[in-house]
Amino acid sequence: MKIHEYQAKQLFAQYQVPVPDGRPAFTVSEAVTAAGELGGYPVVVKAQIHAGGRGKGGGVKLAHSAEEVEALAGQMLGMTLKTHQTGPEGRIVKKLFIEAGQKIEKELYLSLLMDRATATVVIMASRDGGMDIEEVAAKTPERIIKVHVDPLMGIQGYQLRQVGFDLELPKAAMKGFSSLLSNLYRFFVANDCSLVEINPLILTADDQVMALDAKVDFDSNALFRHKDLLALRDLDEEDPMEVEASTYNLNYINLDGNVGNIVNGAGLAMATMDIIKNAGASPANFMDVGGGASAEQVENAFRIILADPKVKAVLINIFGGILRCDVFAKGVVEAAKKTGVTVPVVVRMEGTNVAEGRQILADSDLNLTSASDLADAAQKIAAAVN
Amino acid sequence: MSIFVNKNTKVLVQGITGNEGSFHTRQCLAYGTRIVAGVTPGKGGQKMDGIPVFNTVATAVKETGADASLIFVPPPFGADAVMEAADAGVSLIVAITEGIPIMDMVKVKQFLSTRSCRLIGPNCPGIITPEECKIGIMPGMIHKKGHVGVVSRSGTLTYEVVDQLTKEGLGQSTCIGIGGDPVNGTNFIDVLSAFEADPETHGMVMVGEIGGSAEEEAAAYIQAQVTKPVVGFIAGLTAPPGRRMGHAGAIISGSSGTGEAKIKAFKENGIHVCENLGRIGRICKEIF
Repeated sequence: MKIHEYQAKQLFAQYQVPVPDGRPAFTVSEAVTAAGELGGYPVVVKAQIHAGGRGKGGGVKLAHSAEEVEALAGQMLGMTLKTHQTGPEGRIVKKLFIEAGQKIEKELYLSLLMDRATATVVIMASRDGGMDIEEVAAKTPERIIKVHVDPLMGIQGYQLRQVGFDLELPKAAMKGFSSLLSNLYRFFVANDCSLVEINPLILTADDQVMALDAKVDFDSNALFRHKDLLALRDLDEEDPMEVEASTYNLNYINLDGNVGNIVNGAGLAMATMDIIKNAGASPANFMDVGGGASAEQVENAFRIILADPKVKAVLINIFGGILRCDVFAKGVVEAAKKTGVTVPVVVRMEGTNVAEGRQILADSDLNLTSASDLADAAQKIAAAVN
Repeated sequence: MSIFVNKNTKVLVQGITGNEGSFHTRQCLAYGTRIVAGVTPGKGGQKMDGIPVFNTVATAVKETGADASLIFVPPPFGADAVMEAADAGVSLIVAITEGIPIMDMVKVKQFLSTRSCRLIGPNCPGIITPEECKIGIMPGMIHKKGHVGVVSRSGTLTYEVVDQLTKEGLGQSTCIGIGGDPVNGTNFIDVLSAFEADPETHGMVMVGEIGGSAEEEAAAYIQAQVTKPVVGFIAGLTAPPGRRMGHAGAIISGSSGTGEAKIKAFKENGIHVCENLGRIGRICKEIF
């Protein structure tokens, strides 16, 4: 689960990770008031969306007076911000963060993330802050500092020193940096983060280090033990169809093709999307109803897919294991009755109780095309949309 | 022969009295698996379909000599269940549970590095040696005894592959789902090396997906150490970057973990790549 920069910084402050003084603002007048409270200009007006690259997209601007804050806030609130991470459709800006301007001596990079291969928390740092870190890693890998932390031991003093010295920080900034990194690690572990990224981390003219930006992603699987964090979820940043699907425990992702698909199991769902593409069509979504879905969940899944105006045909691909084919077929029939089906539907079912499942569909008077296997299903679905 | 499990494996089920636990225990029993004990804290002394239930794994092992455990407990208690089994001396732990926090799993992984046991999963369908032993949730009837080893990060996608193999007349030595989480116990290389050493396994199918670099590492291992033919498949070539595709581990982060990179690694390391899932059975028939 992602959160906004202003929320991440509020959490940082609770963990004594230094951040500039700042206030969130949801209206122009709130922005002006917030700027007035910061004790001087310039201030920075920052659009709050769940995507990186905001600066380049025009979502981060400096203001030297209350009038400038008013003008910039007016421009930004409601604008569609496009960055390399939002896709061409962009995101509508609904929230701003007004922050005190800083005298920057140097921009650095610092992040903590879970390293899958070693099952450790890895600290990544670089003297090349403010840049795309993937680009730095690709072109100049020697400029990336990596330190692995054993999750049972926690971060050690020598590791803090190693990162600080490798970043070539001035002696006067070393103590502040050690404390920042140690507190950031504490924050990461205590809140089950999967990523914490500060880009840039700045060194000021008076040798202070602070987080000028903050990107935080939490492990969704761990949210059951962080009820307080759930309040930080911003549904404005999520696709409304995906939000609806999540309330039924369906794994759904909205894509831009025209073939809707319903599959049980994440791996098979991905492979089904690939098959649709291979056949010359394009998937409109990823939809995994899970291994043990109920008829009601299947019904909701089918209804969500059918409600998507870009869907011109639907491919249903079920390999019945725990989810029995008859249960699945009942869900499809119920949803079709309630919603009405106006697009071609190709069904491929295999596995537990497949004969009963096929019979239920055959008896339903629904206009369904059945496919004998995956290759057949792919051909039929491509023919339906092309 | 087979790898990791056979008809002599004695299994205990952690979470045996829950919905999923009891349902799949019955399925495993019906398949012929020797399930000797169940564990549900607080329900010690009860029986489920004649199987004795214990309060702790340690007691269950002491009383029944179980050497494998099948775990169905809910995600908040998943890591604890794995460590309990490891501490009780169980040598094979199969964790079906989906949704264990990654912070718990990294700790478990460090913990297990000091024990001599194998963890399969979590978030996996389990392991089956056809016609001998099924420790997991896969539909038993699609499997057939034979000489193809199957290893996969997925559940239903594995069933699809196995079903096609069986329909082509290709039986399986052992099929293992290693799980869809970013941090898991047994990895591709562990399984590939066991298949390579198993005389009954003549060829292998490896089913990967986007996210992480396990497939790339396995491909390099195959080039260096595996002499038997390997067919590879990768799911998720059409997946958008930055989105979690159902499995916690199936995510393209920046430029890492893409399907294209994995297929390239497969091709460069002598793995037969199947680009169309609908044909994987036929491709295996041609190669094995």
